[in-house]
Amino acid sequence: MNPSLTWNLVSDVRQLFVYPFMVNALEAGTIVAVLAAVTGWFVVLRRQTFAAHALSVMSFPGASAAALAGIALPIGYFAACTAAALAIAAGSRTQHRRNPAQESAVIATVEVVGFALGFLFLSLYGGVLESLESLLFGSFLGITSTQVLSLLGIALVTLALFGVAGRPLLASSIDDLMARARGVPVRLLEVSFLVVLGCAVGATAQITGVLLVFALLVAPAAAAQELTSRIGLGLALSVTIALLVIWVALGLAYYTNYSVGFYVSSIAFAVYLAARLRRRFWHRDPRGINIETATVAA
Amino acid sequence: MPSQEFIRLALIAGTPIALASGAIGYFIVLRSQVFAGETLSHVAFTGAIAAAAAGIDLRFGLFAATVAVALLLAALGDRAMSDDVAIGTILAWILGLGVFFLDLFNHSSSGGNGITAARTLFGSIFGLSSQDAKVAAVVSAILMLAILLIARPLLLATIDPRVAAARGVPVAALGTGFLVLVGIDAALTTQVVGALLMLGLIAVPAGAAHRLTANAYLALTLSSTFALASLWLGILLAYEIPTLPPSTAIVGIAASIYALAFIITAGHSRRLLPKVDVQPRLGSTARNVQ
Repeated sequence: MNPSLTWNLVSDVRQLFVYPFMVNALEAGTIVAVLAAVTGWFVVLRRQTFAAHALSVMSFPGASAAALAGIALPIGYFAACTAAALAIAAGSRTQHRRNPAQESAVIATVEVVGFALGFLFLSLYGGVLESLESLLFGSFLGITSTQVLSLLGIALVTLALFGVAGRPLLASSIDDLMARARGVPVRLLEVSFLVVLGCAVGATAQITGVLLVFALLVAPAAAAQELTSRIGLGLALSVTIALLVIWVALGLAYYTNYSVGFYVSSIAFAVYLAARLRRRFWHRDPRGINIETATVAA
Repeated sequence: MPSQEFIRLALIAGTPIALASGAIGYFIVLRSQVFAGETLSHVAFTGAIAAAAAGIDLRFGLFAATVAVALLLAALGDRAMSDDVAIGTILAWILGLGVFFLDLFNHSSSGGNGITAARTLFGSIFGLSSQDAKVAAVVSAILMLAILLIARPLLLATIDPRVAAARGVPVAALGTGFLVLVGIDAALTTQVVGALLMLGLIAVPAGAAHRLTANAYLALTLSSTFALASLWLGILLAYEIPTLPPSTAIVGIAASIYALAFIITAGHSRRLLPKVDVQPRLGSTARNVQ
């Protein structure tokens, strides 16, 4: 196998689909991009990128615990993600209010405990660190079609949940007090959002690597929110950016020696930087989510 | 046990690092900048891999990379506080660069990269050379001194930036300087407990201290004490139980202290911002609302 880039774009693109592993990678990438872009839009809106990062690495202790105990891997990482999400939700509030200092401390605590336990289980299991590296950075080009199907399942379930709880979640993300006054179960939403986020991201990371999911989770959504304050448009933009990023990155990785994770994170970062600079120099008005329209919509 | 050379070196290097990390960590927690600290620890990973790929001294790569990114984070944050969304995208990019350098390293030399990666990810406090220990002791002593020198103005700038600015405290410059200190500490700590567990010494003891008391100077002392206790007990535990990796033991002790602090304070209602002798408290919570 020795693909080479030519000036003929059509044949370049056609070459991408010659090998089944590449088709699987493109399918998986598309699913992950849509899932991460939508989930990430809420993460960025709620300023919970640190929690998202901590939850995305929980699949490491989960998977190594499952390997050690001899149970199915998905049970391991769903359990680890749920436990971590509950711990973060419990520790980040003092006197019924989000306390940013304690929130960041408890997230860090959960994350390092996760890593430490994972490392311990791994050394007890006698496994090699290879698996950690592939978990962190992903082995995107070795995805099977069964894994594509399970990714699709995870994505559909998560998107369905957002379809059901999207509006109240949006309301509580934008104005906690107002939503509470209107009878939205804010606390329940907060905890379930973390659990769903953890499970979705953790399960995806198991297949594509933590790095890739996290890059697609934050940067496209952050760029979209720099570009527009409208909700529907923002979500659409976020998904579009994520799809473009993953497709271009997969194409580049196919034709060069370097890994997908590097291309995904670099392109996504460049897009975010461009969006931020555009706001800085083109439109001097400070944008964010427009609170009036958002609360009306919710 | 202290007669063993590797334990002696671990204690010589670890003690000042734990003290400095505890003190710096308290300010990190107070400023809600733990995510920035974590990003800097990953930068240390990328820096080490990059240095290995380029064939230059590992330590130089670590310090250069963390200080550079600390300056970048400070430039991107508003009012020298942190912007978690910007940090998140930078973190992803830094990890991506790490993978890139890992690839580069794989192409340029065969083997050895797994060991470098594992070492920077999980550290090896039992594998320090006497030169490592000396560097760690000297640098963290300087760090400790620097943090004590700026403690008072930094505290004021953290709790009430507007009042601090009105009093002539250079809030933005302090924020930038503080992040640079965090960067240096991250580079140092990474060599001992590794990039992934650095937060175990920085954020976890500080989080416990922050929960337990609203008195800033008491909390600073408590935080350093907890960090030191975690390190010593962790080393002892890992020495007694050979299957237990030292990093895991240290983090385990730190997390237990945090859990205890959580249980102790669970029922109490109290203010979680330290008292500083500032009369007007206008806007002190404004930055916490997104």
